[in-house]
Amino acid sequence: MSQAATAPVVSPSPQAAGPLKRKSLWVRMRENYSAYLFVAPFFIVFTIYVVGPIVVALGLSLFSYDAVSAPKFIGFSNFMSIFTEDRLFLRHALPNTFFFAVIVGPVGYLLCFALAWLIHQLPKKYRDYFTLLIYFPSMAAGVNLGIVWIVLFASDKTGYLNSFLLQIGLIDQPIPFLYSAQYFMWVMIFISLWQSMGIGFLAMLAGLQTINTELYEAGSVDGISNRLQEIYYITIPSIRPQLLFSAVMSVVATFKGGIIGSMLMASTGQDATPGYSGLLLTGHIDDFFKLRYEVGYSAALSVLLLVMVLAMTRFSFFLFGPKGDE
Amino acid sequence: MQAILSGFRRIRKTERFLWFNLLFLIILGLAMFVPILFTVNQAFKPIEELFLLPPTFFAHHPTWFNFKSLLLSDSLIPFSRYVTNTVLVTAVNVFGVIMISAMAAYAFSKRTFPGGRALFSFIIVSLMFDPGQVLIPRYLVVAHTGIMDTYLAHILPFLPMPVCVFLMKQFVDQIPNALMDAAKIDGAKEWMLFTRIVVPMCMPAIATVGILTFQTVWPETESSRLFTQIESQRLLNFYVSSLVNGSGTTSASVGSVNSVAGTGIQAASALIVFVPFVIVFLAFQRKVLQTMANSGIK
Repeated sequence: MSQAATAPVVSPSPQAAGPLKRKSLWVRMRENYSAYLFVAPFFIVFTIYVVGPIVVALGLSLFSYDAVSAPKFIGFSNFMSIFTEDRLFLRHALPNTFFFAVIVGPVGYLLCFALAWLIHQLPKKYRDYFTLLIYFPSMAAGVNLGIVWIVLFASDKTGYLNSFLLQIGLIDQPIPFLYSAQYFMWVMIFISLWQSMGIGFLAMLAGLQTINTELYEAGSVDGISNRLQEIYYITIPSIRPQLLFSAVMSVVATFKGGIIGSMLMASTGQDATPGYSGLLLTGHIDDFFKLRYEVGYSAALSVLLLVMVLAMTRFSFFLFGPKGDE
Repeated sequence: MQAILSGFRRIRKTERFLWFNLLFLIILGLAMFVPILFTVNQAFKPIEELFLLPPTFFAHHPTWFNFKSLLLSDSLIPFSRYVTNTVLVTAVNVFGVIMISAMAAYAFSKRTFPGGRALFSFIIVSLMFDPGQVLIPRYLVVAHTGIMDTYLAHILPFLPMPVCVFLMKQFVDQIPNALMDAAKIDGAKEWMLFTRIVVPMCMPAIATVGILTFQTVWPETESSRLFTQIESQRLLNFYVSSLVNGSGTTSASVGSVNSVAGTGIQAASALIVFVPFVIVFLAFQRKVLQTMANSGIK
């Protein structure tokens, strides 16, 4: 922005005085007005419906607001209560979210890479079929497949998993997977992993196909002797940009995981996940809004969630982001 | 001799790896497919088979019964209304997202203008925001922009998809500048450049963006739940999942009549939402992979 003030005055290099003279910001903006027209439609809706809610969340988090009476400014009290009084948050939502994210994020990401890599090793004509098989579940993410999981994890011996475990003699009693605090979270993690091969997986797979095969030949001349070395020295550096893109996508997808908990809850007719074992931050936010109408408080929780997502994404940029020489 | 032998051994090793890999992927792929196969079978099972003990996996006497009871359930709003709503809203969204994303991507990629780089890095940052994270503030924004209880509530909030602008921009980057310059010399105006060169050359990216939008909007339930109170304006997946969950928001309750008989109808409803996904994806799969190759964040 400071360019606007300084550019026309300061012209240190001799050629700047000629026709190449640096134009003022305003002139350059006027000349490119059509570029602004092209970005305008997107940026208008983007500002209102993406940036807007985030700004509103930041603002509301400082208020006490029940959606009926006028909002009352209370400073950071909401955040104070989150960390000192909210037992559900401290005992369940926060640790659960961490546990869920730490497992689903990295494991799902590694699965994406491993499967993309394995599929890429196949001859070209087979790849499409496997891509489809692996990508299918992520397409189902938006669809309520509650019935599948109810039958698969049913608590009596009619459940597929229970009947299988009973048959091979691992257990003597059927396990109430969907009603026990001990297993509920694992069911959620299992389902998340099942559907984690989404757009990030496609990006990795497509990235692998862009790697110049001569690199591998050159590598084997230079003494790379096995596939693991190949992956480490050639594959990963070559598709680092795609890895970063999928990392961002997988962070976002991971934090959406709370939906699975509420889906299982609704499908089994429970009011809460067993012993709050499946309560994630997203679900906690929803509860405060829908059940208690504490809009300010739930906004403060949203801000925390945003901070967590931001931190995780920063971390993926740290791992895969552009390094100095690029 | 030695070299030939070791080369030979290497080929054997490679081959063995390939077979293991193929076998592993077949088993895993099929295992991952089981839940979907189960849903399909469940949807086509007649009621008697749903009650069988032990439960059977495959439907032995497939029937359309579950679909029929879903389509002909005696709710106030006919099923076709939800389908029409959803098809319309999805079509408008797909077209809208493609248009505004492609336009923005063109400007970001082929024009240098003050603030352009800053705006684009802002988009990269916003890749990580899922509107679901700020559902409630989003509800307030929608309420204050005065589009509650209109079809716009299904459309406007879903138009800005940063990931679409990003993917498009990466793709437009591949169009040689010389081509654009040549067209400019031939007297093409800005809009002509966009519609005659950029859009036709970005078809793979456009297909991908279309699919991503489709996958977001088609199964959308949030806008029907929060942004509208008018039953006749709600969308398909909201309707079928309200049947499944038996929440009292809709007048029909086929799903809650009986939990076992209900599963057949639930499966049918899941399929109705899921099948269009699969068809669209199958149709454009190649183009999606072509686009994703350029998806890297550099």
